[in-house]
Amino acid sequence: MVENQTIRDGAALQADTSVELCGLRLDNPVVPASGTFGYGYEFKDFYDINILGSFSFKGTTREPRFGNPTPRIAECTAGMINSVGLQNPGIDAVIRHELPRLRHFFRKPVIANISGFSVEEYAYCCERIDKQEQVGIIEVNVSCPNVRHGGMSFGNSPETAAEVTRAVKAVTTKPVFVKLSPNVTDIVSIARACEEAGADGISLINTLLGMRIDIRRRRPVIANTMGGFSGPAVFPLALRMVYQVSKACRIPVMGCGGVQSARDVIEMMMAGATAVQVGAANLVNPYASKEIVEALPGEMRRLGIERLTDIIGIA
Amino acid sequence: MYKKGIYRIEANEPLTETVWRMRLAGDTQWITAAGQFVNIALEGKYLRRPISVCDCDEGTLTLIYKVVGEGTEQMSRLEAGAELDLLTGLGNGFSTNNNARRPLLVGGGVGVPPLYNLARRLLAEGKPVEVVLGFNTASEVFYEEEFRALGCHVTVATADGSRGVEGFVTTAIAAAGLNFDYFYACGPLPMLHALYNAVEQDGQLSFEERMGCGFGACMGCTCKTKYGNKRICREGPVLQKGEIIW
Repeated sequence: MVENQTIRDGAALQADTSVELCGLRLDNPVVPASGTFGYGYEFKDFYDINILGSFSFKGTTREPRFGNPTPRIAECTAGMINSVGLQNPGIDAVIRHELPRLRHFFRKPVIANISGFSVEEYAYCCERIDKQEQVGIIEVNVSCPNVRHGGMSFGNSPETAAEVTRAVKAVTTKPVFVKLSPNVTDIVSIARACEEAGADGISLINTLLGMRIDIRRRRPVIANTMGGFSGPAVFPLALRMVYQVSKACRIPVMGCGGVQSARDVIEMMMAGATAVQVGAANLVNPYASKEIVEALPGEMRRLGIERLTDIIGIA
Repeated sequence: MYKKGIYRIEANEPLTETVWRMRLAGDTQWITAAGQFVNIALEGKYLRRPISVCDCDEGTLTLIYKVVGEGTEQMSRLEAGAELDLLTGLGNGFSTNNNARRPLLVGGGVGVPPLYNLARRLLAEGKPVEVVLGFNTASEVFYEEEFRALGCHVTVATADGSRGVEGFVTTAIAAAGLNFDYFYACGPLPMLHALYNAVEQDGQLSFEERMGCGFGACMGCTCKTKYGNKRICREGPVLQKGEIIW
């Protein structure tokens, strides 16, 4: 989005919010994160979601999944824990029902978030989604447990993260972003392994493993005991990881974690992000992403930023 | 349809030791059925608090809530004149679009409030409304007289027998030999389950679950039904008796 604004000396300062992600031009870097925006439908009555850069749809698997037992949600200071367990209708239903429905109210390329419990499942889903012209980027969530190897997540080691990346790249020509888990010892080694395996970009961070206890019931709040912590509390940690990974890799980074304002978007980009995802904020304020998009040009002007692309990794 | 808006507190007062009533002024046009809820943003709390609508008319809505944790405790300290950010028009609510002629309304504890607006709607449709309210003890009873003032026939049950029938709502229904052909219920899960098993008539039951967003985006409150997965916040909180899987 290019907004013209006449400033006091009469000159027109253009706040150019557009960014480019692996050949895909986004009007702005604001992208609602997977799992907080469904397949777009729940937000279309709140506002015209075409003002967004794009959005990443709900993590989708080969089979339909009910997900975890409830309670799945726990309140925290400056954040929340979720343990939804990848509830989704399955890749075929997404292609048959969700994408055609989305076409009625979203004209831009969407980001397809794909999850899996085996390398073959990731490849199967990505091969199916590769044929969908509405999908601009595939985002591969490697935070799922690898059921063949004791349930350790694919994103926990450089080798398994790279294995998923290679398998997915072999079946699609669309740009592939690997979404990394922060629950690891060395995020940089995993990001580099994905880059070497052919990833076109890195999304980070997914949620942090957390837990709450109901002290009256003396039991965990979440039925599954633990869940993913997100919200503004994680922003500094996410920012640090975006900084480290974007310094160590040549491929673009989508920054994610605790973003809730235009200033946070700018800070994330200064740390090295080319696009910025907004997650939990959408759940608390359904207009969060819209308000961020609308506030960006003003913040840019206040900070003397003409083009957002000028500040990527500037810190 | 759901919308976000700012509402001004007109009154906030205790009904019992732990149950409070808050009256808010603001746009109520998105609230279209009894049994819908609002989701309230509270200063310093990350997630909103979902509270069912007790009653509403043009420009005002009444919420009745129980102080159970930090969020509701904070709500009880709010004073008239303060403003709150609400999402309104959430959930499906009860549907009165059926052939029932003699509806029974069954409420347990803080599940009682949404039945008040439902009773008003049913009475307006010209139906005699039978109400059974269940509480733990006499000091927790609220809205018995308010239902009676509407013109409902009210039976109260308390678990310790300190008021009305001694026992649960199911005890009261059986003891009073109430004549009804359909029921609407809201209350704790054990009450809903017992009612489901005890009553052969068809009905609608309103459920509760911990929610993230309240408008269907986070999938935090999904349950299984005979007709597939439903989100308590979006396709619920009211489920038809015939679709429930316990």
